[in-house]
Amino acid sequence: MAINWFKYSSPSSFYPLAGKMIPVFMTLAIVLIMGGLYWGFFETPDVLSDQKQYYRIIYVHVASAWMAMWLYVVMVAWAVLGLIFNTRMSYMMASATAITGAIMTALSLWTGAFWGQTSWGTWWDWDPRMTSQLILLFLYIGYIALQSAIEDNRRSDRASAVLAMVGLAIVPVIYYSINCPDPNECASLHQESSLKRVESNILIAMLVVTAGFWMYCFAVILMRVRNIILQRESHTQWVERLEVKK
Amino acid sequence: MFDSFLALLKRDLLLALRRRSDIFTVLFFFIIVVSIFPLGISFEKAVLQKIAPGVVWVAALLASTLALERIFANDYADGTLEQMLLTPQPLSVLVFAKTLAHWLLTGLPLVLIAPLAGLQYHLSASTIGTLMLVLLIGTPILSMIGAIGAALTLGLRGGGILVSLLVLPLYIPVLVYGSGAIEAAMQGDVSLQPYYLLLLAFLLLALVFTPLATAASLRISVE
Repeated sequence: MAINWFKYSSPSSFYPLAGKMIPVFMTLAIVLIMGGLYWGFFETPDVLSDQKQYYRIIYVHVASAWMAMWLYVVMVAWAVLGLIFNTRMSYMMASATAITGAIMTALSLWTGAFWGQTSWGTWWDWDPRMTSQLILLFLYIGYIALQSAIEDNRRSDRASAVLAMVGLAIVPVIYYSINCPDPNECASLHQESSLKRVESNILIAMLVVTAGFWMYCFAVILMRVRNIILQRESHTQWVERLEVKK
Repeated sequence: MFDSFLALLKRDLLLALRRRSDIFTVLFFFIIVVSIFPLGISFEKAVLQKIAPGVVWVAALLASTLALERIFANDYADGTLEQMLLTPQPLSVLVFAKTLAHWLLTGLPLVLIAPLAGLQYHLSASTIGTLMLVLLIGTPILSMIGAIGAALTLGLRGGGILVSLLVLPLYIPVLVYGSGAIEAAMQGDVSLQPYYLLLLAFLLLALVFTPLATAASLRISVE
């Protein structure tokens, strides 16, 4: 059976599909996030290493920080697809993803500030992870700023796609340079991931919430992309027919 | 191909020499920014030495982004750029010539004036040597990464401020290792080689990839 991979690359056929997917993802998001948070708040110990109840912000903080990083990759993937196949839908997906990604980055910085204030006694510290998250936010902002500065859609899509790719190429270097500002003693500076040491109940709750965040992001991105489709395709007949139906 | 590279390089240098004020504005911007910091912070020798690496590099970063708009803007305005896109020569070679000319006019002067900044901040002679060397390796990277930003924002309203928004985050690795090397040179007992090697690695990567990315961006912007 031959599959037509490009069937949904046209806005007019993707629009109704997205409309059908949104409720599914939204329901999953609500169920997973509520379930994960319930498990995380009531079925886990009150203390994590030396931290008391306030460690529970981990469920929002880690999930949003992961989403911030993944969504950047998702965004670049859409941008690259757009550059390769020249499909308008891909660019629309990329620009819809960028805004959600920026919001997730800001959310992780914000929740991190609260966590830092309670646990370290400071809102902000130039810790490598925090700094790289801040720079990720700058990259998202640059992408969104470039896209909104160019009025011609075709040019803005492709220009911001190139910018996103360049950003992704440099991100590892930036990350490395922040993690290890002194190349003479790099080994000692690397932080170890602490996931393995966390109790399994907390870990499960965290992963469930993260899955819920994924679903939420899918739903919101699809909602946003539907808006973008309507804006850009407002001159077409199928959008007009949509109006008439309502 | 090499002929067209040389011809374009010569043309850009000649054009700039006919209008020298452009070179000097960037240079004086750098000097003024470097001189203003002590007025705002402190005249103490120890403090100045502590902030010198970061201040000099941030000033170089800002001066470099400030000058970026000029790489392609004039050629774009009078149509020369379109002709360049149409030539049979590979665009990335032409772009590289323009970027190199831009660095010779805005980056190299900063390297040459850097000892002055070093004196203002009470740096020792050997530290000033390191300062010049890392600026010499680092500023071409800034020009090359910046050229991508300049190509992407070509002809946009408020392009100057937008381009700094786009490229400043990408400059971070150069800033970190550039100022790190100067700091290490001041301590004296640390090996500087890793810094030089890393910066040179960035330079090589930039040499290989940025002309291609800049050429692709130009095609998108001018089409």
